[in-house]
Amino acid sequence: MRIHLFIACYNDTLFPRTGMAVVNLLERLGHEVVFPTNQTCCGQMHYNTGYHAEALPIVRKLLHEFLDAETIVVPSASCVAMMRDHYELMAHDANDLHMMGDVKSFLPRVFEFSELLTDKLGITDVGAYFPHRVTYHPSCHSLRLLNVGDRPIRLLQAVEGLEYTQMEGSDQCCGFGGTFAVKNAEVSSAMLADKIGCVKKTNAEFVAALDNSCLMQIDGGLHREMGSQDRIRPVHLAEILNSTRENPLTAEALAWEGATA
Amino acid sequence: MSVRVGHTAEKPAFPILAHELLQDDQTRRNVRHATDVIRNKRALRVAEMPDWQDLRTTAHAIKTHTLLHLPHYLEEFERNCIRAGGQVHWARDADEANTIAIRLIRHAAERLAVEHPEVIKVKTMTSDEIGMNRALEQQGITPWETDLADMIVQMGKDEPSHIVVPALHKNRHQVRELFLQNMGLTELGTEAEDLTGAARHYLRKKFLEVGIGISGANFAIAETGSVCVVESEGNGRMCVTMPKTLITLIGIEKVIPKFDDLEVFLQLLPRSATGERMNPYNSIWTGVTPADGPQEFHVILLDNGRTRMMANVRERETLNCIRCGACLNQCPVYRETGGHAYGSIYSGPIGAILSPQLNGMKYSRSLPYASSLCGACYEVCPVKINIPETLIHLRGKIVAQDQNTLSGKLSQESMGMKMAAHLFEHPKQYEAAQRLARTGQGLFEKDGKLVNLPGMAAGWTQYRDLRALPKQSFREWWKRSHTDRGDGSSGVGDE
Repeated sequence: MRIHLFIACYNDTLFPRTGMAVVNLLERLGHEVVFPTNQTCCGQMHYNTGYHAEALPIVRKLLHEFLDAETIVVPSASCVAMMRDHYELMAHDANDLHMMGDVKSFLPRVFEFSELLTDKLGITDVGAYFPHRVTYHPSCHSLRLLNVGDRPIRLLQAVEGLEYTQMEGSDQCCGFGGTFAVKNAEVSSAMLADKIGCVKKTNAEFVAALDNSCLMQIDGGLHREMGSQDRIRPVHLAEILNSTRENPLTAEALAWEGATA
Repeated sequence: MSVRVGHTAEKPAFPILAHELLQDDQTRRNVRHATDVIRNKRALRVAEMPDWQDLRTTAHAIKTHTLLHLPHYLEEFERNCIRAGGQVHWARDADEANTIAIRLIRHAAERLAVEHPEVIKVKTMTSDEIGMNRALEQQGITPWETDLADMIVQMGKDEPSHIVVPALHKNRHQVRELFLQNMGLTELGTEAEDLTGAARHYLRKKFLEVGIGISGANFAIAETGSVCVVESEGNGRMCVTMPKTLITLIGIEKVIPKFDDLEVFLQLLPRSATGERMNPYNSIWTGVTPADGPQEFHVILLDNGRTRMMANVRERETLNCIRCGACLNQCPVYRETGGHAYGSIYSGPIGAILSPQLNGMKYSRSLPYASSLCGACYEVCPVKINIPETLIHLRGKIVAQDQNTLSGKLSQESMGMKMAAHLFEHPKQYEAAQRLARTGQGLFEKDGKLVNLPGMAAGWTQYRDLRALPKQSFREWWKRSHTDRGDGSSGVGDE
């Protein structure tokens, strides 16, 4: 299958490893990946912060870049939530019938990463190998807006060697919330402290999620507390699924110092 | 018109109030404990309802319909209330409502030949909204709160921190101290029974002595002109049956069309609010009944900013609220700070959308940002108010307002957002910015992390570490690994 990738601006800039994992995995499964290089952002940061006028051209641009794509994968649940929850509303508010048409044609072609695997490609065992204890943080947008349910957990449990462990209070927000993390930094970090408590209790080696934004929050808190020492590593689900016996993902690859893409 | 919502005009922004509360370990423990207890009970009582989602949908439909025909149902309520012997007063704002209440209390006190008028009050958030106690006291009228939690708040010269459990931020020991100070007691145990016993003794006297009552209402029923109050203690029942004169203050959005509609709301409300299948006391009264209960019954219908909210579909929905407080108990922000951080008697997620809207976006403007948009509030809302969507809508209004001022336009946030928007519209410049950031971060990089970032980013690095940008972006990797070898999409230039 020919699959277009929308990487999300923050993955592109801060977490290229996740995009590389998505590409490698899909290619390993025999699919062709296309990356339209004029893509930038889904408009979420602007829209959710209240800069609705500024978000509009960003969204129009995204729709334009993916006009011809048949299947679009997005390794960021919150970007997909932005698309599904707000794009029609934005077209409606802008009174733009042309944009509304584009949105209506765009949305059914968009799949969050775990949705693409389980729903579109009908696969849960991707032939991954990851002999580690892993817990999972359901990001609020994947949990409540996309309702991905147990898809990511089924994908994890199908990984050879992986020991899945459930996190207490897993449905609690990590405190990221986009610009909330800086506008209400203190409350955000109080929420993070609760989440980190739950993460640590699992005694897992890795905490996986569908959103690197939440993982950046969790990783930032863990690093503040424990520095570079041996500790639980946040990692996007795609990177675990891309790990094989031949090319295994290791904790060292996720360490901060000397970490390169 | 002068709309007023509690003391919101005098309050600092949410992050400032939250900062103080986050240092208050005792309050945070109390809030966490209480919200844990209530939300666990709620989850239990909701799980046993096979038709919960249908009930929510129905409640949303009833509220939407009623609000779209609000003048019709309010007038129907007025007609039927008057027919049953009640009197109906319309108040445009807080001052009008207080003026009406004071006039009614004075008249009633004259008839009772009371020199210093007193009133007993039962749980009415709406009276807190209009600052009624302060207004009454200024006119020499003494209000006695009789809802246990409201009484605790009044005794402590405190403010409610929760819309259902106003003294949720106090624990038993703190309540005991307040009772000892205010009830003239020398001894008092610490068990819940000791405290409720003392309150019972103290309040019983008020119920027997004070001839004027003020209540709020959970529902006003248009079809019958009836008013409904639900509660757990029975003090409300006392307040609405014992006094000679009863004044009920009702926000205009509380009207429902039919008596039968209670079937839906009385299933949703107690389960959502306190995790009970049914409230211990459900009082419904209609006008005046000779020789039974209050012989004079007044309703004050309050607007105070509500009509203004009717004009926009995304704002109108906020008026669906039945004040169950489920969103507060569920909200991860509220659970960290408690209600006082919101600077409004309406706190938590619903307060974050209701307070600024009632205020016409003049005050409580920091509240729409006091949310991570996690969506837990929407999930539990029994009348399906899409709170996250409304928060984003209100953020849009605030940004649009700010763009009309020079300081707003030139704020760091506004400039940054516009710069980012420009980059996102121009991929080549966006790529150049990625490269520039990687070079520029050298100034702030230490052992693979970025420290002491300037401006808004400081909010991040103050509490968390930030990893330095990787050596190549995804798109750079893609171009090297895919475009150059001829497959994938070609990197066609900027427009």
